[in-house]
Amino acid sequence: MHAVYIVKRFGVFLLIVWIAATLNFFLPRLSGEDPVRTKLLEEASLGGYVHAGIDNMVREYQQRFGLDKPLWRQYLTYLGQISHGDLNYSIANYPRTVVGMITEALPWTIGLLGVTTLFSFAAGTILGALLAWPRAPYWMRWLMPPLWALHAIPFFLLGLVLSWLLAFKLQWLPIFGGYSAGATPALSWGFVFDVLRHAVLPALSIVLVSVGGWALAMRGMMITTMGEDYITFAEAKGLHSATIFTRYCIRNAILPQTTGLALALGQILSGAVLVEAIFGYPGIGALLFQAIEENDFFLIQGIVFTVIVALGFATFVLDVIYPWLDPRISYSQS
Amino acid sequence: MSASVLRVERLRVAYDHPLGAVCAVDDVSFSLRPRERFGLVGESGSGKSTMALAILRLIKPPGHIEAGAVWFEDTALFSLTDEAMRGLRLASIAMVPQGSMNALNPVLRIREQIRDALADHRERLSRREFAARVCELLTQVGLPGEVADKYPHELSGGMKQRACIAIAIALRPKVIIADEPTSALDVVVQQQVMETLGHVQAELGAALILIGHDMGLMAQFVDRLGIMYAGRLVEAAPIGEIISAPRHPYTRMLIDSLPSLERKTGLRGIPGLAPLMRDLRSGCAFHPRCRVAEAGCRTRKPAMRDIADDISVACHRA
Amino acid sequence: MLRYLHRNVPLLVGLALLGILVAFMGIGALTVDVGSAQPLSAPALQSPSWDYPFGTDRQGRDLLAVMVAGTPLTLRIGFIAGFIGVGIGSVLAFTAAYYRGPIDTLIRSIADIGLTIPQLLILIIIAVSLKGSLTVNQMAIIIAALAWLSPTRTIRAQVLSLRERGYVEIARLNGMSGPEIILRELMPNLLPYLAATLVSSVSAAILASVGLEVLGLGPVEAPTLGMTLYWVNFNAAIINGWWWWWTAPLVVIVVVFLGLFFLSVGLDEVANPRLRRSA
Repeated sequence: MHAVYIVKRFGVFLLIVWIAATLNFFLPRLSGEDPVRTKLLEEASLGGYVHAGIDNMVREYQQRFGLDKPLWRQYLTYLGQISHGDLNYSIANYPRTVVGMITEALPWTIGLLGVTTLFSFAAGTILGALLAWPRAPYWMRWLMPPLWALHAIPFFLLGLVLSWLLAFKLQWLPIFGGYSAGATPALSWGFVFDVLRHAVLPALSIVLVSVGGWALAMRGMMITTMGEDYITFAEAKGLHSATIFTRYCIRNAILPQTTGLALALGQILSGAVLVEAIFGYPGIGALLFQAIEENDFFLIQGIVFTVIVALGFATFVLDVIYPWLDPRISYSQS
Repeated sequence: MSASVLRVERLRVAYDHPLGAVCAVDDVSFSLRPRERFGLVGESGSGKSTMALAILRLIKPPGHIEAGAVWFEDTALFSLTDEAMRGLRLASIAMVPQGSMNALNPVLRIREQIRDALADHRERLSRREFAARVCELLTQVGLPGEVADKYPHELSGGMKQRACIAIAIALRPKVIIADEPTSALDVVVQQQVMETLGHVQAELGAALILIGHDMGLMAQFVDRLGIMYAGRLVEAAPIGEIISAPRHPYTRMLIDSLPSLERKTGLRGIPGLAPLMRDLRSGCAFHPRCRVAEAGCRTRKPAMRDIADDISVACHRA
Repeated sequence: MLRYLHRNVPLLVGLALLGILVAFMGIGALTVDVGSAQPLSAPALQSPSWDYPFGTDRQGRDLLAVMVAGTPLTLRIGFIAGFIGVGIGSVLAFTAAYYRGPIDTLIRSIADIGLTIPQLLILIIIAVSLKGSLTVNQMAIIIAALAWLSPTRTIRAQVLSLRERGYVEIARLNGMSGPEIILRELMPNLLPYLAATLVSSVSAAILASVGLEVLGLGPVEAPTLGMTLYWVNFNAAIINGWWWWWTAPLVVIVVVFLGLFFLSVGLDEVANPRLRRSA
């Protein structure tokens, strides 16, 4: 359809990938020395139980990013490496590659975050729309203050309270992990149920906090939209209030709400990292937490890079969907 | 008077305000004959637009209709159920919105906006009938058929306004209320839109209320004119009478302020400012700006009275 | 003023919550020995009692002293980063929105793209790369490095809408210079809005700092609220039933966030009176 627009948006996505790679390369070197080298050498000098392969890693790293080479050479090498999807080995779990570890964790995070984000976005948007509608039942107004209050709290803090209440006190739900320690991952009902049970607490902490935010934003947009001239004209046209509500109010108020979703993805993800860390949920966040504990620099870099790229891609998808929601966009851009 | 299609009787609309209620439309009565073009002029804030919304029962809080009645033929609008009133909008009384408004939903094609209007008034049409109807409506207002598949942002101001007219006449209403339909359009387009409006009105045989502040435009277009000042109707008479022999001092000043080809004396304005509705004093609302006011004007509110056939005025001195 | 607060309930609630917090810090600083916020200054793992109203943690810190010492530290990080962020953000936003053209495109693109990147991750890379443990002030500076993105975006949008107003046009026609218009015409109208932005930036900065700290990247020596939660998680205090350990920092953090949130909602209402009636 609007090829120029899509190409442009894809260009922005590539730009984000490049920025992520560049930050990954230069930020650690800002302090004047290469902390990767320092850490690798530290790790290697410990010897002992540390994997024998670390020597190989050090040698390879020296060869590629040796101090004798100019910085721009090292940078190009790094870009080449990343463009081939090579994110190096994990320092702490040597024979395993960073890509392999991330691939293992990613589905968990995508599952948890995808479901919770879409659900809270949909539920919050509907709730917010209803809250702004004069014909909505009165009791709904009582939902607002608690949602506001929850919205102001970080995900993981609510996670702490929920895990104490539902897992420790009431013992309804497991407190830790993505599935029971004894369970073997398989596509059986038992295992799926186990996984879902483990996902409830982290999901609940994310949903309860986010719903209020989306509801609040949508309510504001609805109030603005309901003051628009086309709503008055729609009323003068004698439309059903249901038609006005859905096709005139919500349909327009959802536009800034969708832009808001694209902008909030990063924040949601940052919050989810902490939730996973708290609950030991086997996704990217917990992996990152583990990597930080183990000082596994390559793994940290790899995760940060992957996550930024994934978010950039999600934003790209939203950007492509957006003109379909708002006919004014594709034309004004091209 | 049974010959009227629309009758407004002692209508009063108030807006609640922390500093006391404000009467935006105060005790206004007039009637509209079939096929008649009735103009309503007044300064901004004189209650013209509020009246249009009140006739359609679209006043929203903090505003509310305080008293009076509106009759459409033999139906008292204020005693209808909400649902019956909704069915009457567009089907019997349609509104053409202000030209400066973005009255069309920006995310729906014109075709869909027409479809919504028909669907919610139980017009069940086959796809082909519907397409033919849309095409016919657009032709009626002088738009090409392709406009149906356009979004509002793809149309010029004049085209948008024509599209609004097309929607307004979709159900062949008996009364059309056009609220400053040409504001914010340039003069040439203004002329074309007015021609279109007049043309469809004649074709439908509908009566028209034209709200505006442009005396020149009114003189060309309407049969009868009502003058509003501070929420009250102060004079209503055939347009010829108004132009040649204005009765109310405010009308006289309005006419005098019109530029004229014969008179080269320069433009004359009306001294003073339109009153703030909140601090209206007793007596005639116009007395502070009136050249012929006398002591009684300050204390007694003049009522509307017929002073000749089809001419009524609210002034102690007329 | 009081009558206005009566109508602007969020502002009232926000100020009240922050007032309680300030009172707690003030009274605490006068009556509590902040030295007991260090490890080994009290018996370990005491549940709340007369001697230790908030209990003690596993390393023998008096949690009341930790809260009295840590709350101002956490707030300090938030305010330093928030002020720097809004400062840089407003300069960029005014420049972009007032002069438009390529400068605007550049600033807007940087802010837009920067915002799609999760800040916490960039902060993690920076924090991990820096050698050794951070101090509270270093932490604030690191967070400030990204804290200008969001204010730039929101303030720019606000200036753009103000710019179209008639009085700005008149000022321009009267020959006022660009910076003069910004200072004399735009600034006064934007003040409540800037205040609301500042409050949300402070809140975002505190959120980022607590996040980094919970991941173990904070100032290990300092008893900030986030570090306390890090130790809670590190020692698995929840599973072990040491509820008082996390209750105190949790309540304080919640009060901080709720206070700042309601304050910003209230200030928004001051900035946008149009929304006031419908609220």
